[in-house]
Amino acid sequence: MPTLPPAIEVRDLVKRYAKANVNAVDGVTFSVGAGEIFGLLGPNGAGKTTTIGVLTTSVLPTSGAAAIMGLDVAEDPIGIKQRIAVVPQQSNLDRSLRVREILTFHAAYHGVPRREREQRADALLDELGLGDRKNDRVARYSGGMAQRLMVARALMHTPDVLFLDEPTNNLDPQSRLFLWDRIRALNAQGLTILLTTHDMSEADQLCGRIAIMDKGRILVNDTSAELKKLIPGGNALELRVSLPAPDAGARMLETLRGLAGVSKVDELDAGAPSAPDEEMGVATYRLYAERAPALVGPATQAALLAGAQVRDLHVKQPSLEDVFIYLTGRHLR
Amino acid sequence: MTSARPTNRLWLAANAFGATLRRDLAVTRRELPQFLVQALIQPMFFLLIFCKILPSIGLASGNFAALMLPGIVGLTELMAAIQGITLPLVLDLGFAREIDDRLLAPMPVWLVAAEKVLFGALRGMVAGAVIFPAAWWVLGSHYAVRGDRIGVLIGMIVLAGFAGAGIGLVIGTVVKPEQISLMFALILTPLLFTGCTYYPWSALSSIRWFQVVTLFNPLTYAAEGLRYAMVPPMHGHTMATLPMPWVLAALAVTLVLCFGFGARTFRSRVVS
Repeated sequence: MPTLPPAIEVRDLVKRYAKANVNAVDGVTFSVGAGEIFGLLGPNGAGKTTTIGVLTTSVLPTSGAAAIMGLDVAEDPIGIKQRIAVVPQQSNLDRSLRVREILTFHAAYHGVPRREREQRADALLDELGLGDRKNDRVARYSGGMAQRLMVARALMHTPDVLFLDEPTNNLDPQSRLFLWDRIRALNAQGLTILLTTHDMSEADQLCGRIAIMDKGRILVNDTSAELKKLIPGGNALELRVSLPAPDAGARMLETLRGLAGVSKVDELDAGAPSAPDEEMGVATYRLYAERAPALVGPATQAALLAGAQVRDLHVKQPSLEDVFIYLTGRHLR
Repeated sequence: MTSARPTNRLWLAANAFGATLRRDLAVTRRELPQFLVQALIQPMFFLLIFCKILPSIGLASGNFAALMLPGIVGLTELMAAIQGITLPLVLDLGFAREIDDRLLAPMPVWLVAAEKVLFGALRGMVAGAVIFPAAWWVLGSHYAVRGDRIGVLIGMIVLAGFAGAGIGLVIGTVVKPEQISLMFALILTPLLFTGCTYYPWSALSSIRWFQVVTLFNPLTYAAEGLRYAMVPPMHGHTMATLPMPWVLAALAVTLVLCFGFGARTFRSRVVS
């Protein structure tokens, strides 16, 4: 049996726009297997949209190569366009057409026979919850509905690879969850999906593998679980206590640092999101260790011995945000 | 994933081209009344004032209508062709990006531009053709079009439509949305008045510099070619127009240059 080429293959890709003095994409290499959901994660300006641009034929590479289903993007743009679909960040729906026509004309551009495109349009509109609005004008559509319609349009010509550029950027939480469900369902049917996002939880929720991009380069590329292991000390134990006296904090910190297996202890400032409680005498500590769960017992005991009252105690899993901060020293947004 | 896909790139591109044209025609058909009003209202007033009112009060001669009508047809056709492309294209390339879906259709980018030109040309031809019944209705007994050069007339209407569409492609890809009003003032107004619409080219022989200026306007050739095809002989004399080989060559060159340049700028606007 011949081995199938990867759904997406990008090799040493460089893009420098005319009149720019840095590369927007600066030597990017990755590949995405058929049936994967792959995420490009990074802040605005990291080069994610340019990378998608090259793969969807709207950006010409300066050097390097990119291929989809074994077809080179520069050599066979027609073949590429037949195999891909794009859901952009901002609505680019054809407002001169009615909702159903947007789907049927899209399919017509791609050579889907009439009967097939009519059936598929009706099925997709129902599936995406737009069935009762098929003769509307797009101008009346909310952001979430426009997004769903763009997803339906993308599926009309049964592409092999779907590109989603910041798919839930401007959506309300409900539409977001709906779209996430749809993305998972499509992937379960065999569609390869590449999505860009600067939303950590989105990447974590959806993507099998994630490439973290910054300044035109891919810093790391792995599963979410593996990426989180990059942070030294693995996970952490977070402990919140009421101190018996205001000066007991220093002693408490000393005791925690002395616990076996602890590599580092941070006292979180009251203003931090993880310690919103500004009550007097309440302190929050983060204990880093190879095996944080093992610290639950010793840390509780240390608090009791110091005369403090335990308010909260939990093992904290590192987030992709933490990974990004660890790799770049900057927050994502 | 499912059914077998066509693999012939040529078929794919031709089909996408056809479907894109069908889309444009479907949208226009829906807006047909607006399109016709837009195309007809200005020429109707031109005909009424210049060919009916002015001769009636003695400010223009009676056969002025016969000279003017071809100019009006040429002007209407060029403007309809230009506007059919320019405005949607300026908005699309500027911010609407509604054209993206067609750019992702399996056809080369230049073919998307070519479809725009074909569609613009068809719009121009329809706008030019509907002037005839309108003029017949407005002018009554002053309506005079020779019937023995109908082949040339059809050819001229087709060619003028394409030339206008070519100009529209260039303007549409060069002008930015914030420059639209400037475009009307700086491009369309000179085009309107130096195009031999309201006067035959040969009559300018006493104002040589202006006669030369008009030669840089494609509308001059459209109007003169249409005069050749339409103006009936008066007092046994056939009207002198620009020689037809010049007319045909100039309009063909306009189309080729405009399409070549316009398709390039179009590409540079949509592929970075």
